[in-house]
Amino acid sequence: MTKVNSLSELKARRESLQSRNKIRETRDHNQSVVQVKVAMATCGIASGARDVMNFFSDELEKRRIEALVTQTGCMGYCYAEPTIEVHVPGDEPVVFGYVDIQKADEIIERYIRRQEQVDGIIPVGYRTIDNEED
Amino acid sequence: MQLRVALRNCGFIDPESIDDAIARDAYAALAKVLVELKPAEAIEILKESGLRGRGGGGFPTGLKWEIASKNEADQKYVVCNADEGDPGAFMDRSILEGDPHTVLEAMAINGYCIGASKGLIYIRAEYPLAIERLKIAIRQAREYGLLGKDIFGSGFDFDIELRYGAGAFVCGEETALIHSMEGERGEPTFKPPFPAESGFLGKPTNVNNVESYANIPVIYLKGADWFHSIGTGKSKGTKVFALAGKINNVGLIEVPMGTTLREVIFEIGGGIIDGKKFKAVQTGGPSGGCLTEKHLDIPIDYDNLIESGSMMGSGGMIVMDEDDCMVSMAKFYLDFTVEESCGKCSPCRIGNKRLYEMLDTITKGKGSLEDLDRLRNLCEVVKDTSLCGLGQTSPNPILSTMDNFHEEYIAHLSDKRCPSGQCKDLMNYVIDPENCVGCTACGRVCPVGAITGEKKEIHSIDTAICIKCGACEEKCKFNAISVK
Amino acid sequence: MELINLTIDNKAVKVENGTTILKAASKVGIKIPTLCYLGLDDLGVENKPGGCRICVVEVEGRRNLAPACATNCAEGMIVKSNSMRVLNARKTVLELILSDHPSDCLVCAKNGNCDLQSMAQDMGVREIHYQGEQSHYKEDFSPSIIREMDKCIMCRRCETMCNDFQTVGALSGVHRGFQAVVAPAFEQDLVKSPCTFCGQCVAVCPTGALTEVDHTNQVIRALANPRKKVIVQTAPAVRAALGESFGEEPGTLVTGKMVTALRQLGFDYVFDTDFAADLTIMEEGTELLDRLTRHLNGEENVALPILTSCCPAWVNFFEHYFPEMRDIPSTARSPQQMFGSIAKTYFADMIETKREDLVVVSIMPCLAKKYECQRDEFSVDGNPDVDYSISTRELAALIKQANIDFDSLEDSDFDQPMGESSGAGVIFGTTGGVIEAASRTAYELFTKKKHERISFEELRGFDGIRQATLDFDGLPIKIGIAHGLGNARKLLESIQDGSCEFHAIEIMACPGGCIGGGGQPLHHGKSSILLARQKAIYAEDSAKPIRKSHENKYIQELYDKFLGKPMSEKAHHLLHTHYFDRSGSDIVIKKD
Repeated sequence: MTKVNSLSELKARRESLQSRNKIRETRDHNQSVVQVKVAMATCGIASGARDVMNFFSDELEKRRIEALVTQTGCMGYCYAEPTIEVHVPGDEPVVFGYVDIQKADEIIERYIRRQEQVDGIIPVGYRTIDNEED
Repeated sequence: MQLRVALRNCGFIDPESIDDAIARDAYAALAKVLVELKPAEAIEILKESGLRGRGGGGFPTGLKWEIASKNEADQKYVVCNADEGDPGAFMDRSILEGDPHTVLEAMAINGYCIGASKGLIYIRAEYPLAIERLKIAIRQAREYGLLGKDIFGSGFDFDIELRYGAGAFVCGEETALIHSMEGERGEPTFKPPFPAESGFLGKPTNVNNVESYANIPVIYLKGADWFHSIGTGKSKGTKVFALAGKINNVGLIEVPMGTTLREVIFEIGGGIIDGKKFKAVQTGGPSGGCLTEKHLDIPIDYDNLIESGSMMGSGGMIVMDEDDCMVSMAKFYLDFTVEESCGKCSPCRIGNKRLYEMLDTITKGKGSLEDLDRLRNLCEVVKDTSLCGLGQTSPNPILSTMDNFHEEYIAHLSDKRCPSGQCKDLMNYVIDPENCVGCTACGRVCPVGAITGEKKEIHSIDTAICIKCGACEEKCKFNAISVK
Repeated sequence: MELINLTIDNKAVKVENGTTILKAASKVGIKIPTLCYLGLDDLGVENKPGGCRICVVEVEGRRNLAPACATNCAEGMIVKSNSMRVLNARKTVLELILSDHPSDCLVCAKNGNCDLQSMAQDMGVREIHYQGEQSHYKEDFSPSIIREMDKCIMCRRCETMCNDFQTVGALSGVHRGFQAVVAPAFEQDLVKSPCTFCGQCVAVCPTGALTEVDHTNQVIRALANPRKKVIVQTAPAVRAALGESFGEEPGTLVTGKMVTALRQLGFDYVFDTDFAADLTIMEEGTELLDRLTRHLNGEENVALPILTSCCPAWVNFFEHYFPEMRDIPSTARSPQQMFGSIAKTYFADMIETKREDLVVVSIMPCLAKKYECQRDEFSVDGNPDVDYSISTRELAALIKQANIDFDSLEDSDFDQPMGESSGAGVIFGTTGGVIEAASRTAYELFTKKKHERISFEELRGFDGIRQATLDFDGLPIKIGIAHGLGNARKLLESIQDGSCEFHAIEIMACPGGCIGGGGQPLHHGKSSILLARQKAIYAEDSAKPIRKSHENKYIQELYDKFLGKPMSEKAHHLLHTHYFDRSGSDIVIKKD
């Protein structure tokens, strides 16, 4: 792995990583993919997030949906673990709570594949430092 | 309503990917500080931001750094206190599990500012996932040259190691934490000297908590003014709280200082479970106090919470409803402090035990009204004479419940009654002759044979034998058994 | 030095920067009570964990009360040591400590000598308002020390002595909260720890948590047995401290009264360990000269420096921590054991008594002596050379129990032949004394000249580590002295790393040597008492007609009639020993 030797190298790396992420999120771009983030903090794992994550990885591949499944930290909705965030290119990311295998299956088939409304979406109740003026 | 500063990356990035972190500005603040600022200038920015320690004490972080920076030594240390131990608090764990790089970056900034080349993270061994992710993050940061020698070509060297705590609550106290890292018994020592003067291995040491660190990179990226604009008079920025207890949306939240308890509990937290009545919320864990209905509209900040008889603490918020007995609640916390006292000073070692025993007596209906004066006196003495913050605050749950729920103590003491029906020794199961049909189901389920009665005749419970397990009440199909 | 002004209880005080409130207060006649605090100024030992919270005072502008022992004065500070708030807090804290302390004062070994008891009295505690469960721990009996930790108040004084001063590391805090207590690692018994039985923990314990094993009953039984001849030996440091137990000023010599009292107790012969100390000098001095001469003759592999071996705690220390160096100390037994061995052979024959009918009792300032006399190598067919070793404190108790009015006793002299000693034997009781005694003899044997000064003042003092070079007729002999095992450790490490240049080193485990032994009347934190005792020892030496061991005519007679010459085969058999590697093994206790 190459070292980051200066401020400009850090900036360059950050920009290339950010543009990679942008491309993934853009609908109709040939590299765009569905992104599924599974909250894999201790609380999530304790509620079964690992099984859910494995299910998404395996099933999305089996069902030939191009997707990127990654883990992330705690989203803060401890009462609704396991929680996941699904980002379909071109749409706003959505957070689902109480995701078990059955729910995961429903999310893949109905929300990801057919863009239908699925119950269990947790409204995002916070601002981040990027959009704090909202 | 929520504003995520410390939690800005939690839930967004893969905590095991440094690229994810860099894409969201990780290490940019470190680069800026190392390349553009002198240590004193960087400390000045932190002072201007108004950031105060998020571990509980609320000491101004910039000032702390300045003191450590001014003590000359051949070696200094930066320590991250990740010994989160309040019951019901998990803010630090979530940050470490969700965004480990922010802590590493802030520690490196801290090292540069005070002239330390070594950082240590004191973390509970009970946080294996956080440890694992920190290890990965440290390894990645070293590979990228973001930790190690000559970071960003600035000539500044900094590296971080982990130290494991065995889960002693008192080791969150900075002198005890340092002794524990040195391999000594985890006991606090009298301050001064403060760690900034003589800390780890006798060298100047700056100790900050995880959440404090998580705020620091943003302050350098977005500026002191930006941070200063959030919050109230003397409490700037945001605070992460772990909502727990009888609340619908148990979870981790981050709100600007000055948000009211009402907003936190009823809007963000979704109100009380099953629509029950809100009774109190404990902030500051075993060191804090309870806040009630009348405190709901007070803006939450360091000073207001102290004025209301509680404290900010590290951010645990345990919500209680009408079914909770406040004497039992105080007893729960004292049970915790009795277990977690290090035993070094007499008021904490013995005083807390006696406080616990007195509360236990009260919840068993064996106390008398004079106990209240003795209880209060002992609370005051333990606060006044204990060696460290643990003992100096451990009576707070008692004092604040005595102040806010005096009538509950009176009920236990003079009426031998627990208004919330929580104290087992003060309640009795009785059979209502109106409803009892003599089905014998209750008698068969009673584990101690306390229920007698012939078939098709009215049954009765011998309260002297009954252990109040509640099995009979659950079994009775005719609603004939209830607690009196 | 920067001076600081403050007021304590409305009195103005000016002190040097860095002075604690406790010390500043004492300058203006305010005695703030302390319990855990221990300051042995002459030894540089200070225990101030700030744990007991008895010394708390009110400092204006501070939220909480401050411990006076650990809080430094600051300019303009206003301190109140006796406000209502302070008095209430102090008394409540004391009541808390008492609430977790057994109330068996009347039958406690420390009754009348307990800091906690006197504090309760001083504060006028008549009721304990906060009662509750008490903490309980298993009792621990070792050959020398009893640990009854139900009585521990966590003052940590024992830890400071054991870890900081002695560097033995046998004791530390274990468990948390209400169950916290001081104990050996893993709450093992002392015998399974590196404990040397020096007894310094006992010497500073404010309560009855740490006491000596009491052997007075065995002594009383032996004295009452008509078939036994019971003889007694008294160590030099005992006479310089025993008087304190009877209200005498520290430093009062009570040799004559002590002898009379022992005779009244019924001992058949009252002898002096100092006699055996002279004997030790003959053996150890000869051994020193032997090693020195061989070294000077160019012989390689001569173990130098030679280390003294009369302190049993020190022997335990090097057997545990430095077993690989156990060929360096002199092989000479301690005076207590030399006495026992000669008593049960030479003297037993003289009075035509069988070994098993002769009981040897020693009065020692020491608790490690209790363990030493139980060592297997110091017995013959299961019969120990020294049967019982009792401390100065136990002797005082025996005298009181026998209705002897100590103050009114006449002086009397030791019996012979084992009661005669030189001044050299006497100074064994203080740090520097053994090596001075050895030098007095070695000088004359080596140079074949009389040493005119007799005393070697350069070896005296109270510093933890001292050194001096003696002129042996042109040959410089380098002497090192250490008291306190922490200081001993430093010298041993300098031997290990090759930086040590001494020819001979004297080591005493206790502060000041035997005068500060673990079996002496309690000093209650006043190290000046040790200095007074040291002075008394040197006074006794000066007053002796004979000052050099080799001039003791009873010693000369012992060699002529019985032993032959120093280091003879018989002397080897009776007066020398060998050491063991105890770094891993537990010390074995013999059943009584």
